[in-house]
Amino acid sequence: MKNYITVVGLEVHAELKTKSKAFCSCSTSFGSEPNTHVCPVCLGMPGALPVLNKQVVEFAIRTGLAVNCEIQKFNKFDRKNYFYPDLSKNYQISQFDKPICLGGHVDIHVGKEPKRIGITRIHMEEDAGKLVHSGSTIKTSDSSAVDYNRAGVPLIEIVSEPDMRSAAEARAYLEKLKAILEYIDVCDCKMQEGSIRCDANISVMSEDATEFGTRAEIKNLNSFRALERAIDYEVERQIELIEDGGHVVQETRTWDDAQGMTFSMRSKEEAHDYRYFPEPDLVPVEIDDTWIERVKSELPELPAARQVRLMSEKGLQAYDAENIVATKAMAQYFDDAAKHTDDAKGLANWLLGDVSAYLNNENIEIDKFPVTPAHLGELVTLIKKGVLSSKLAKKVFVEMVKDDKAPKDLVKDLGLEQVSDSNELQKMVDETLAENPQSIADFKAGKDRAVGFLVGQIMKKSRGKANPAMINEMLLKKLKE
Amino acid sequence: MKVTAKEVKHIANLSRLTVPDSEMGKFTEQFNQILNYADILQELDTTGIVPTPYVLPISNVLREDIAVEGVSHEEALLNAPDVHNGGFKVPRVIE
Amino acid sequence: MDLYKSAAHELHEKLVKKEISSVELTNSIYSRIDQVEDSVKAYLTLDKENALEQAAKVDKMISSGEKIAPLAGIPGAIKDNISTKGLRTTCSSKMLENFTPIYDAHVIQKLRADEAIFLGKTNMDEFAMGSTTETSYFQTTHNPWNLERVPGGSSGGSAAAVVAGEAIWALGSDTGGSIRQPASFTGCVGIKPTYGRVSRYGCVAFASSLDQIGPITRDVTDAATVLNTICGVCTMDSTSLHEEVPDFTKALTTDVKGLRIGVPKEYYAAGLDPKVDGVLKKALADYEAMGAKIVDVSLPHTEYAVITYYIIAPAEASANLARFDGVRYGYRDMKATSAPEMTTASRTEGFGAEVKRRIMLGTYVLSSGYYDAYYLKAMQVRTLIRQDFAKAFEQCDVLLTPTSPVVAYPIDGKMDPLAIYLLDVCTIPVNLAGLPGISIPAGFVDGMPVGMQLIGKVLDEETILRAAYAFEQSHDYHKVMAPLGGK
Repeated sequence: MKNYITVVGLEVHAELKTKSKAFCSCSTSFGSEPNTHVCPVCLGMPGALPVLNKQVVEFAIRTGLAVNCEIQKFNKFDRKNYFYPDLSKNYQISQFDKPICLGGHVDIHVGKEPKRIGITRIHMEEDAGKLVHSGSTIKTSDSSAVDYNRAGVPLIEIVSEPDMRSAAEARAYLEKLKAILEYIDVCDCKMQEGSIRCDANISVMSEDATEFGTRAEIKNLNSFRALERAIDYEVERQIELIEDGGHVVQETRTWDDAQGMTFSMRSKEEAHDYRYFPEPDLVPVEIDDTWIERVKSELPELPAARQVRLMSEKGLQAYDAENIVATKAMAQYFDDAAKHTDDAKGLANWLLGDVSAYLNNENIEIDKFPVTPAHLGELVTLIKKGVLSSKLAKKVFVEMVKDDKAPKDLVKDLGLEQVSDSNELQKMVDETLAENPQSIADFKAGKDRAVGFLVGQIMKKSRGKANPAMINEMLLKKLKE
Repeated sequence: MKVTAKEVKHIANLSRLTVPDSEMGKFTEQFNQILNYADILQELDTTGIVPTPYVLPISNVLREDIAVEGVSHEEALLNAPDVHNGGFKVPRVIE
Repeated sequence: MDLYKSAAHELHEKLVKKEISSVELTNSIYSRIDQVEDSVKAYLTLDKENALEQAAKVDKMISSGEKIAPLAGIPGAIKDNISTKGLRTTCSSKMLENFTPIYDAHVIQKLRADEAIFLGKTNMDEFAMGSTTETSYFQTTHNPWNLERVPGGSSGGSAAAVVAGEAIWALGSDTGGSIRQPASFTGCVGIKPTYGRVSRYGCVAFASSLDQIGPITRDVTDAATVLNTICGVCTMDSTSLHEEVPDFTKALTTDVKGLRIGVPKEYYAAGLDPKVDGVLKKALADYEAMGAKIVDVSLPHTEYAVITYYIIAPAEASANLARFDGVRYGYRDMKATSAPEMTTASRTEGFGAEVKRRIMLGTYVLSSGYYDAYYLKAMQVRTLIRQDFAKAFEQCDVLLTPTSPVVAYPIDGKMDPLAIYLLDVCTIPVNLAGLPGISIPAGFVDGMPVGMQLIGKVLDEETILRAAYAFEQSHDYHKVMAPLGGK
């Protein structure tokens, strides 16, 4: 059996979070009633004309700089011609041969191995409207209704080199790209809302091949998980096809998440001839060094830099820091919580441990986490100060996610304050020793385990509130007498 | 013949148009007449000549990123042939 | 009172002096329309109620002593490819037979701000594609000088209306000659401004890099007045120039001493009707007598202009007209069961033959495998044509040519499309180079008007207006009304 190499390239479309659309002043806000953020321009009315939103260029330059691209000084737009009901002019204003950015890269790692994924180009274009189908899928619908609220929203398309060799690498690239886009604040990257979309170009080649195999383009990947599953499925499909003596067809396929398969979208029509030509209603955009330098100087902190900062300022380990900065929201939460505690390491542990577990369970992002950063910070501080044992802290945490009460209050309400008063503790120690003469005997006989047993008994007696370190010390003192 | 009836049909398809069979002959003939005439352009040596996609020597016409209210929902749908749930209704989108 | 015979600048005086009222004026034009429209068929839609309401408003302004703009209260006609909010706009196509725009074109906004009166929308070639107004889905317009002849196109309705006294001024649009050629065929004044002078926002696009809106009037003064109103930068049109707009009426002097008039030999070659040539030669002699200097120049790539245009314009049009798909507006075939079928049927039924031909030509020259040979090549030849003009303007201030090599020909002449295209030879190069051009009446041949064209340097409408005005004032052509078959 031959060994095959997986080759993946990703095309990512990101909606830019400008206030107005790319070529008209309609609002870009999401979720409104159909056809309420529209005008003659984005509706494609006769006689309407496009005027470019400056912020689109700014965001595109910012993105290009954040992923190490060369910003192209001379830019123009082109018409990409095809008929589809969600395209209000039946052409899309895009950039064909003079895109705004060329040649960049993103560094990822899968496991410990670092890898550089190349970026071929980034260009500006406009989004299409939305089709609401009468049936459950496009194939089973008798009719559709078109909403043009989204038509004209600015997009950047980021095309990677076919440098990824596994589903894991593709996922890591997409996660990193998403983080960068969030950090530089050009896109809110909500995959479920479609503000970031990914198509995968997948092919296989045998180990001894000198050329890439024919690739298929896979669309409708709505989550990181879908991306991984689709790559795994498609690679297998192509290998099977080849092994059976067939050829992979260059085509567009759609990922069906429910069935876990890709399906061909080819219709009877031949491949699209987009008949690109320069957009005569727009004039070129010329970007000079001054503009580029200014955007560079205003570039927000990128994940890598933030990671370094957390390590040096907060003393975090590389692994922890990297995971904290993996998404902007998490990094921001960390920073906000860190204002309420000195224990950065403890905070990191909580975030990467219990908090992440909770978020995963509830299938939410940290922006929906019910506990405020201040409260989490306080919790960490309480543990550090010894007011709350880390074991009991977990109980408090459970209550905090219910209604975000201040941990101090919860500790009081639940009566969970750690007991550190030596008189009280001494009483418990004496009581427990009196109740467990056998343990004393065991200890004297050399069984150190007896200490642990006695500590456990005291913790039970105090319902977890006794300060374990102090108990330990006191017990040993008494036992050694 | 620069273009055959078959090619004319393909172009028509790309343009979302139909040329009825009865007119196909005349149409193809007129089409060819124009394209044959276009051959005179090949007489010109245009090596190194920069094409003119833009008549005006202007660049960077940019607008500030301010959202402005567009047309009302009713105006947007004023000329719609068919409407459903506030959207423009169309028959099934794929063949 | 035959108010329809007066020019806008004369009527403005009368209004300000309260010798007439705008309501009276507007009513008299509508009466004239009632009288002759059956013969001319210039209009597709009349908007009498709104026009009279607007006229009453202007009368109130005048009586309360408010200062009014030159076009205030003066009724004009708008070519039906210019978007007028709430007033049906059809582009003379079945596709838009029942279409009501939801916004005003920029030029309409400007004219409204000046309180001009809109009588209605005029007939044109469908989507501005044609040179006779015969490709209109609704009706053919007749030339007021000879009702069996075409008025020219594509702004034939506007030109005929002005010349028949059915409007004091009109707007047309010009992509390859569609203002100038009908002006020539009907004996009136038409200007295509420098590309970018007048906003295209609201002008239903035919060929984006060539289209311009411009005035059609009976004299040069009125044309300059309308130009003053409609020129200027527009924030909704990226191709609109930020250059300052001078007061064009200030350019109207009769002094052409020392003016260098270039005569490009390629425009006086085979194909030019010898009688038309005669009219132009006389006009040149007239200019010389006024002190102008005649200079022989050459525009060597002229013979390639028509085909260059008929590659670029259809290419742009094929994309500009793609929006007409029956989804958001316009004609829809309701029988179709799929969207692609619906779009194909709607477009096939909604568009006429010439429009379909040009869309397909455009699709062809942009398609994979042909782009370089046709579209790219045409864009390069366009550069050569622009360079020709730039070189010629080193030796002269304006160029003088016939507007059309022929006079208006009979309706339903059954010419091949290509033969009709070739008659645009004098006007097309001006659009390709983005220059300003004006056509004014220069004489008659066999009872039909002959127009002459003055082409100016970029942004130099003033010089061509001056040259035009000087000629006009030394002749009477602007004072002669068309016979209209005796009406």
